[in-house]
Amino acid sequence: MAANPLITFTDVSVRFGHITAINAFTHSVDSGEFVSLVGPSGCGKSTVLRLASGLIQPTTGDIERSTDNVGYVFQDPTLMPWRTVRKNVELLGELEDIDPGERRQRADEVLELVGLSDFANHYPLQLSGGMKMRASLARSLLLEPDLFLFDEPFGALDQISRARLNDELIALYADRRFGSIFVTHSVDEAVYLATRVLVMCSRPGKIVAEFSVPFDYPRDPSIRYSPEFTKIAGSVAEALEEAS
Amino acid sequence: MTGSMEAGMIDSSPEELSRYARLKTQFRIGLPPVLVFFVFLGLWYVVTYFVLSADRRWLLPPPHQVVAEGFFVGSTVTEILNGLWQSTKVALMGLGLAFLFGFSMALAMSQAKWIERSLYPWAVASQTVPILALVPMIGFWFGFGVLARVIVCFIISLFPIIINSLTGLLSADRELHSLFTLHNASRWRRATRLQIPAALPHIFTGLRTAAGLSVIGAIVGDFFFGRGEPGLGLLLDKYASRLQSEELFTTVFVACLLGIAVFWGFGYLGRRTVGDWDPYWAEEGLT
Repeated sequence: MAANPLITFTDVSVRFGHITAINAFTHSVDSGEFVSLVGPSGCGKSTVLRLASGLIQPTTGDIERSTDNVGYVFQDPTLMPWRTVRKNVELLGELEDIDPGERRQRADEVLELVGLSDFANHYPLQLSGGMKMRASLARSLLLEPDLFLFDEPFGALDQISRARLNDELIALYADRRFGSIFVTHSVDEAVYLATRVLVMCSRPGKIVAEFSVPFDYPRDPSIRYSPEFTKIAGSVAEALEEAS
Repeated sequence: MTGSMEAGMIDSSPEELSRYARLKTQFRIGLPPVLVFFVFLGLWYVVTYFVLSADRRWLLPPPHQVVAEGFFVGSTVTEILNGLWQSTKVALMGLGLAFLFGFSMALAMSQAKWIERSLYPWAVASQTVPILALVPMIGFWFGFGVLARVIVCFIISLFPIIINSLTGLLSADRELHSLFTLHNASRWRRATRLQIPAALPHIFTGLRTAAGLSVIGAIVGDFFFGRGEPGLGLLLDKYASRLQSEELFTTVFVACLLGIAVFWGFGYLGRRTVGDWDPYWAEEGLT
């Protein structure tokens, strides 16, 4: 695959008052690449995503993005409690003025994809944590983004829901090959999902190590127990330890 | 055929069971307050017949006498119902105005920090003003009729509407705001699709509180202005000055019932509007 950078950070720094959140951050993510970002708490991982989405601007340095179609999945499902699941999923279509018929059809498609068709008319109040996260994922899938930003989306879920959602995300990625930056605390999750894992250190936040993950997609859950996986995860954990 | 009938019978029995269970629950929830009511009535009789001497019995006439003279004498009933209608009208007009004004104010405050900072202290001040101190002045400026009474209700119910609306408008999730920002949503869209729906549960809480206060405002205003069509406040004043204690008690009950009715009414409206999705109002639906 020819290198085709989706987003490039060049010597980016971000300062909030006297605090330097991110310094000398240089990196690029190619289209179709799934990059995991791990690092100690407060190292500026979320700031990287906010920069990538354009929600905040760098203090110095440059960010170049070759697409405006960016999907953002937050730590919390952040559904609108007053809307049914389907209406929640339609939200971004509304904001982009896609006509109602088309919007609804797309919503039904992505709900099918995340296995929530039967819950389209439910309110978020009636859903479990895992289902809410699925709905949130469906919402961001509606516009078929080229670049996906995940801010530790499965962190609050129980182990089983988390593993299941990891597998579903892998299936989606195998199918659509969107570019991704996936922030997580879990080394296991980072390695399992990504083509590349970046380790960040804190104060100021920058990338200190990089590992590529050679497994093909779709990935079988059992690779988690293979020696190769364990070796990569071990190295990532070690780099993370040093960075903290 | 037989199979389906059997299935039907099996289906119906748990349903009946659950209906029975529901009745039982309602009974268990409803019984204690009813018992308290009877204890209250009992105490009332005790005070009337055993604490008060016969010549002082008019201070607290027995319940049956209150009911007989307050609820079953035609002229009194008409007079009190008229008063009730007057007070309800005044309270709802004041509440309506307070809602229009208070919600608009909160909406403006939610759109810019400087507007919030300029208005918030005054909103708080509007609550701390002792309304009784203002009443003579209001009469001075607006006469002693319906308008003055409506203004009292307006002032007294404004604060909970502003504060609850503002809290609600500002309660929308930060990341949902981020999504609206990322997709270049206009201020109008952000207000109508994010902030106002997010505020609804709080708005109903504010309305319910304000409605109760507005009823108090209507009665207090009436009491002090003393002119125009008599509402419940004027009737209270009149019955008290003529020592018509049965009528006085009846009017007090009717005033209480009006307060309960508006509280319940706005609670019902809240449950109907947001009870499907808001955890607080969904719970409210069970009681």
